[in-house]
Amino acid sequence: MDYLKIFKNGLVDENPTFAQLLGMCPTLAVTTSAINGMGMGLATTTVLIGSNLAISLLRKVIPDKIRIPAFVVVIATFVTIIDMFMHAYAFDLYKSLGLFIPLIVVNCLILGRAEAYASKNSIVPSIVDAVGMGLGFTIALTVLGAIREILGAGSIFGFNMLGEAFKPVLVMILPPGAFLALGLLIGLVNVISKKKPA
Amino acid sequence: MGLFSIFMGAALVNNYVLSKFLGICPFLGVSKKVDTSLGMGIAVTFVMTLASIITYLVQVAVLERLGLQYLQTIAFILVIAALVQFVEMFLKKSSPSLYEALGVYLPLITTNCAVLGLAIINIQEGYNLLETIVNSLGAAIGFTVAIVLFAGIRERLETADVPEALKGFPIALITAGLMSIAFLGFSGLSL
Repeated sequence: MDYLKIFKNGLVDENPTFAQLLGMCPTLAVTTSAINGMGMGLATTTVLIGSNLAISLLRKVIPDKIRIPAFVVVIATFVTIIDMFMHAYAFDLYKSLGLFIPLIVVNCLILGRAEAYASKNSIVPSIVDAVGMGLGFTIALTVLGAIREILGAGSIFGFNMLGEAFKPVLVMILPPGAFLALGLLIGLVNVISKKKPA
Repeated sequence: MGLFSIFMGAALVNNYVLSKFLGICPFLGVSKKVDTSLGMGIAVTFVMTLASIITYLVQVAVLERLGLQYLQTIAFILVIAALVQFVEMFLKKSSPSLYEALGVYLPLITTNCAVLGLAIINIQEGYNLLETIVNSLGAAIGFTVAIVLFAGIRERLETADVPEALKGFPIALITAGLMSIAFLGFSGLSL
């Protein structure tokens, strides 16, 4: 097995946000700033690594018929751990992500990887897959968050970039900005990936 | 806060899809035709209202009494998954025609984050049972209104001349963005 290939597959070829369009709710909701997008991405990655690891270990034990509920319980367990961990050690981020931390449970990306990958592959490839997919998701969220933060607040990661003369486009950090920015970003990715010789 | 303002707040001002980003997956996935999106809206209304009543009772009668609040996420998602399964079996037996109509959409609702999100919001806001029901109904109707309107626009977009790179998903997102701007107007309502 070529681990680099699995890793690149998650990061670029089947990027969860730009290619598979999975996990749209957190993508749109928390990307009001680059740091929020990155925090959400890393939290999701951690849960994904944990759930892929556990499901890959348990894949021969879990009966086929009840595999989905079983996967959901495994995922919910890891989400609860992350939720408490962030509450204790990253309280500001915890507050700004709010409701969307428990909602990692229903992020289709995680259940999708459990079903499509971890339940069929051994431990090491499953972890590599989780890291690739998770980082792909994190990068997409950070980029989207950065674009919205630059346009909507004139700063990036909280540092003012564009100076006093720049009038922030408030709509970009309001809900409509999320839809518009993501739509245009996916359009841009489409243009770039078409130009590249296949 | 009055019940009416909770209802209007959930349905229009803080529309769950367009301003809270809950339930985006079915909103973008099942909105190509007006009648299927209406089916999805009705299925979601049904499950959302039932789910938030049951999760409320689970929270008050089981989790809080036993001091197990940290199990909230796990308990709620299990309740919702079981409920969807149960509703599916019940409808199959008692009302085959409704079951046919909702068929494919029912299992999808388990992973609709609006259902779990709503259940958690109801607890966080400290609503009582009646307020929970009103808030859930409002949220569900808001979801239905948004998805049906969106499907109407997308049907028209089918024939429109869209730039190559924006075809399909990107233009749908931009449309949703414009709808979201329109819904921002409701925040001027003083209830």
